[in-house]
Amino acid sequence: MSSAGASDLRATALTGRARRRLARRHRAEKRFRAYGFGAIAIALGILMLLFASIVIGGWGAFFRSEATLEIRFDAERIDPDGLRKPDVLATGDYGGLVRDALERLFPDVAGRRAKRALRRLMSRGAAYDLQKRVLDNPALIGQSASIPLPLSDEADLYVKGRISPDLPETERTLSDRQIAWLDALRERGRIHTGFNPGFFSSGDSREPELAGIGGALVGSLMTLFVALILCFPLGVAAAVYLEELAPETRWTRLVEVNINNLAAVPSVIFGVLGLAIFLGTFGLPRSAPLVGGLVLSLRTLPIIIIASRASLAAVPPSIRSAAMAIGASPIQVVAHHVVPNALPGILTGTIIGMAQALGETAPLLMIGMVAFVVDIPTGITDPATVLPVQIYLWADSPERAFVEKTAGAIIVLLAFLVSMNGTAVWLRQRFEKRT
Amino acid sequence: MTSIRPIRTFRAIALASVLPLTLLLAPIDAAARDQIRIVGSSTVFPFSTTVAERFGRTTAFKTPIVESTGSGGGLKLFCAGPGDDTPDIANASRRIKRSEVELCARNGVRDIVEVRIGFDGIVVARSKVNPVLPLTRKQLFLALARRVPVAGGMVENPNRTWKEVDPGLPDREIEVLGPPPTSGTRDAFVELAMEGGAKQIPMLATLAKQDKKAFKTAAHAIREDGAYIEAGENDNLIVQKLEANPNAFGIFGFSFLNQNVDRIEASPIDGVEPTFENIAAGRYPISRSLYFYLKKSHVGRVPGLREYIAEFTSERAVGPDGYLADKGLIPLPEADRRTVRKAASALEPLHL
Repeated sequence: MSSAGASDLRATALTGRARRRLARRHRAEKRFRAYGFGAIAIALGILMLLFASIVIGGWGAFFRSEATLEIRFDAERIDPDGLRKPDVLATGDYGGLVRDALERLFPDVAGRRAKRALRRLMSRGAAYDLQKRVLDNPALIGQSASIPLPLSDEADLYVKGRISPDLPETERTLSDRQIAWLDALRERGRIHTGFNPGFFSSGDSREPELAGIGGALVGSLMTLFVALILCFPLGVAAAVYLEELAPETRWTRLVEVNINNLAAVPSVIFGVLGLAIFLGTFGLPRSAPLVGGLVLSLRTLPIIIIASRASLAAVPPSIRSAAMAIGASPIQVVAHHVVPNALPGILTGTIIGMAQALGETAPLLMIGMVAFVVDIPTGITDPATVLPVQIYLWADSPERAFVEKTAGAIIVLLAFLVSMNGTAVWLRQRFEKRT
Repeated sequence: MTSIRPIRTFRAIALASVLPLTLLLAPIDAAARDQIRIVGSSTVFPFSTTVAERFGRTTAFKTPIVESTGSGGGLKLFCAGPGDDTPDIANASRRIKRSEVELCARNGVRDIVEVRIGFDGIVVARSKVNPVLPLTRKQLFLALARRVPVAGGMVENPNRTWKEVDPGLPDREIEVLGPPPTSGTRDAFVELAMEGGAKQIPMLATLAKQDKKAFKTAAHAIREDGAYIEAGENDNLIVQKLEANPNAFGIFGFSFLNQNVDRIEASPIDGVEPTFENIAAGRYPISRSLYFYLKKSHVGRVPGLREYIAEFTSERAVGPDGYLADKGLIPLPEADRRTVRKAASALEPLHL
């Protein structure tokens, strides 16, 4: 209907009642739109709130504070017999070096309690740091150097402004004295806060300032890799068979129903299964990404099969008919035409399935991946943990500084997820253009 | 134009589907372990991991793997058998039960070494905005039990406010956030606070003498009408909820109180404040011992076990100035520490 015709209609044929009705319908239309807009606005707002609170809470995890100390590598403390043997050097009293340096900076600190309070400003990691330097370069022994060393978790929180000095002394974990020392160090320009590479490269630790997600990140990658190489080919092959080749019998219908049911099974069940079969019957190692990957592939397989079947079914039948018409065999039809056309959808389904697997913790509890693992895994049978488990373990730790680390790890997990979903979008667009 | 690529894709998929099979068939290295494996209590987890980390950094041995499975779950895994595929050590926030020792024996785990590492206090705390409210175990029982004695009979707990529990307490609704039944903290709270409170009520005290089982059922049941809220295993969550709801009390471990002194404060129980000193001296009524259990047969088979025990029982770990005290572990009295150290280094087997 042309607009001229419409206005004619409105001018001539509409009675008052009809016009009111029309106006009401238009208002309803507007309201409907407003509801939809409102729903999206609320969803986005909550999402923004979530992101903002996580980023504000976790941003500090990417930074750590260090104090530069004049360390004298005293041979007495670290290599008393002077033989420079690595196993002797490894057990040297590096904590003592840090203590000496602090006491030289604050010579008027006396008494055991006060010295202990002073020592607690520095992280236990400071000693590990010095140990590593000496093992790498034994020539340091007997020399002096100014070395930036990590502060303890509480001192770090104070430097970052997360512990207020205005609170009464009994209500914070740092004493007035410790705060005065930190302020003195800051005035002398010895305290710096900088990017914390250890957060990405180290494994877990009980000291919040030393804890990193490196081990969990590698564990997640290995677990997902195992799950992917298992369930992508199996899933696609199963989907192709069921959708394209299988005869419609009672047996195949039963399989279909079961696959759909399997997708809805709570994931912890797969963990129990993994415990019984992979650990119990096959005797695979506990806490290993190999077993984690096997369990998660059970979880993901039905999702991939369902997504793949849907995208195979969406390939127009005309393509199949055309291929048949020029003499292609059923295998050729599937391999040359149907699967390539369905590939974008298959890949999207796979990546979304993988993204779900990335967030799983429940099944991994059963097979021992909810564990404290310091060493970064080097193979798929090494003990490892994964990102969501690391978040769970940190969230459960009493030290206040782990709150920041938890939010930091959530940021990394979200970034991982967003980049996976981004890959899905990119792959789909790329393949859609080609075919 | 699309003819070449799809074939490649399909071949790649076909090839890739063979890969998983080879992966499954690949022999898994089943040689003896070179890394200690520990399972068990989530309460002992922070201490066990601290020792493990330090042990890994200061010795040539690998850092032990510590799993947080809960005391019961850990002991079940521990008792599954004597083989290398079972854990070497189980942490527990309570003593091993006779039934668990029997399970172990049935599965061929005979010589178990018990190591007591220290105390943990369970605190009842509230947001700092309120004044401190001293409580007694009797009041806690009357506020939280499912059935309480009224006029000679047991009835469903009628107390809605603290004032109804005891006229000396404020006229505020009873709201307590605590751990669920799966938690070791809950077990200990029920055993120490609820049972202790029930014994102070004459009627239940006589019941305890006549019928122990009936007394336990009465003393251990916590009300389920909303006054006691199960807040999950995560103690941090309870602390946050206390901040949001200043009227509510929370039940959790001492180390969480220690880390949150700016937000919450604990009620003295029976007149004793839950401080480091009071718990260490055994004055605070709701405190329990923490343990770990070791398979003697694994010593010598799994490298580093002896050294790990030496580290865990050393004065620099569990002493009053030790690094575990920094993490909230409350040390045993000195004489006990010495006995434990001696028994542990001699690997003396457990006798229940």
